[in-house]
Amino acid sequence: MNFPENLKYTKEHEWIKIDGEIGTIGITEFAQGELGDVVFVDLPAVGKNFEQGATFGTIEAVKAVSDLYLPIKGEVVEVNQNLNSTPELVNKSPYENGWMIKVKISSDSNINDLLDVTSYKNLIGK
Amino acid sequence: MKLTALHEIHKKLNAKLVPFAGYEMPIQYSGIIEEHKIIRNKVGVFDVSHMGEFFIEGLRAEEFLQQVTINDVAKLSDCKAQYTAMCNPNGGIIDDVLLYRFTKSKYMMVVNASNIEKDFNWLIKNNLFDVDLQNKSDEYSLLAIQGPKSEIVLQKLTETNLSEIQYYSFIEGKISNCPAIISRTGYTGEKGFELYIKNEYACKIWEQLFETGKEFEITPIGLGARDTLRLEMGFCLYGNDIDETTNPIEAGLSWITKLNKEKFFGKDVLIKIKENGLKRKLIGISLNEKNVARHGYNIVDCNSSQIIGSVTSGNFSPSLEKPIALAFVETNIFLNQNPKICVDIRGKLIEANIVKLPFYKGSN
Repeated sequence: MNFPENLKYTKEHEWIKIDGEIGTIGITEFAQGELGDVVFVDLPAVGKNFEQGATFGTIEAVKAVSDLYLPIKGEVVEVNQNLNSTPELVNKSPYENGWMIKVKISSDSNINDLLDVTSYKNLIGK
Repeated sequence: MKLTALHEIHKKLNAKLVPFAGYEMPIQYSGIIEEHKIIRNKVGVFDVSHMGEFFIEGLRAEEFLQQVTINDVAKLSDCKAQYTAMCNPNGGIIDDVLLYRFTKSKYMMVVNASNIEKDFNWLIKNNLFDVDLQNKSDEYSLLAIQGPKSEIVLQKLTETNLSEIQYYSFIEGKISNCPAIISRTGYTGEKGFELYIKNEYACKIWEQLFETGKEFEITPIGLGARDTLRLEMGFCLYGNDIDETTNPIEAGLSWITKLNKEKFFGKDVLIKIKENGLKRKLIGISLNEKNVARHGYNIVDCNSSQIIGSVTSGNFSPSLEKPIALAFVETNIFLNQNPKICVDIRGKLIEANIVKLPFYKGSN
């Protein structure tokens, strides 16, 4: 199972790639495997603001539904529209084509709360 | 945790194994949607050995089964199977079962895994007919070969002419030279067979099925796809859609409830229920949005915002590519010519279409 070194992770199995003040967010390979076939990703509108740890959407899989939690505080600046027609991208390419939203990271986010790859792997026992 | 005879094979195939009714069972191999489509288009094999098998034998076996089941056992002839149910005296469903008749005095009842003990105790308690009851669930494996190519593959492993076995019929024959009850039944809506075999033959038959089925891309299928397949057909799942608090009339099982039979458990109550009219009934719904209506979600009257029922089974339909569900709703909503109902999906009211069952028409 793949967990890129350059990402930060959450206990709830989201990842975030931080690029200056923009963070790209998705769910981990482990998470997509546990959920199974993803059939719908309910994402917020561009412009919405969320607190760190807030629910920003839901993901519907054949087996279960799960909330999505924002790893940092910020404003949604882009949403992956491809997930509307091909939600299975989350299964096939969780770190690349299956990204969910891009967020302008608020300066009062607690980036230190995020897990590095080693801590995340320990968390899921990999 | 019990294991089926095929457990090691499932592990080798990298199946995702989960506890189900006391067994560790494969829920999926490659993925539920892909497996679902393989059954609709090609051929796949399910290990459903967790199901229970009871053998019922005796001169008064038919009389006994007439008393404990709701369908008409006298309609069965040798080598025929029947979908039926056992009800308690209040008309509540103890279990939905398949009944196989070998002869007028020998039958097999196939029951849901989670109900094996309860059902067997119920049969013993009500055996006032001097029949011999054997619970052979732990001795038998059950393989379901389902899909449009199932007959071609299975035919290569048997001298029995499979095309002569009609829907809901069976033959005691041989598969790969091993004795097997070959039954043309299934829980998917597709053409298919179910093989009841002794545990010691399970691995051999499984391996030969995959060997001969290679050219048809035969695939192992898990219980996850079994659930989406049966849901598309509107088939009830015990514990989700039906249980002892539901009766067969409201669950859409009037077609197996033979109220003109002389006597059976639940008859008097069920006649009254039918006469008085139903308070609620099980219906099919589909959603235009992609949120999935799941077990336990409330059904709401869109006009009055009153809760009028709840979802019993719901999932994304891989064939129709939209969410579908079975739900119990109060029948008085049908007093309105155009009832409008919604599902409360985690606080969001999503309009639902009332759909005639089955949701999908299979090849069977």
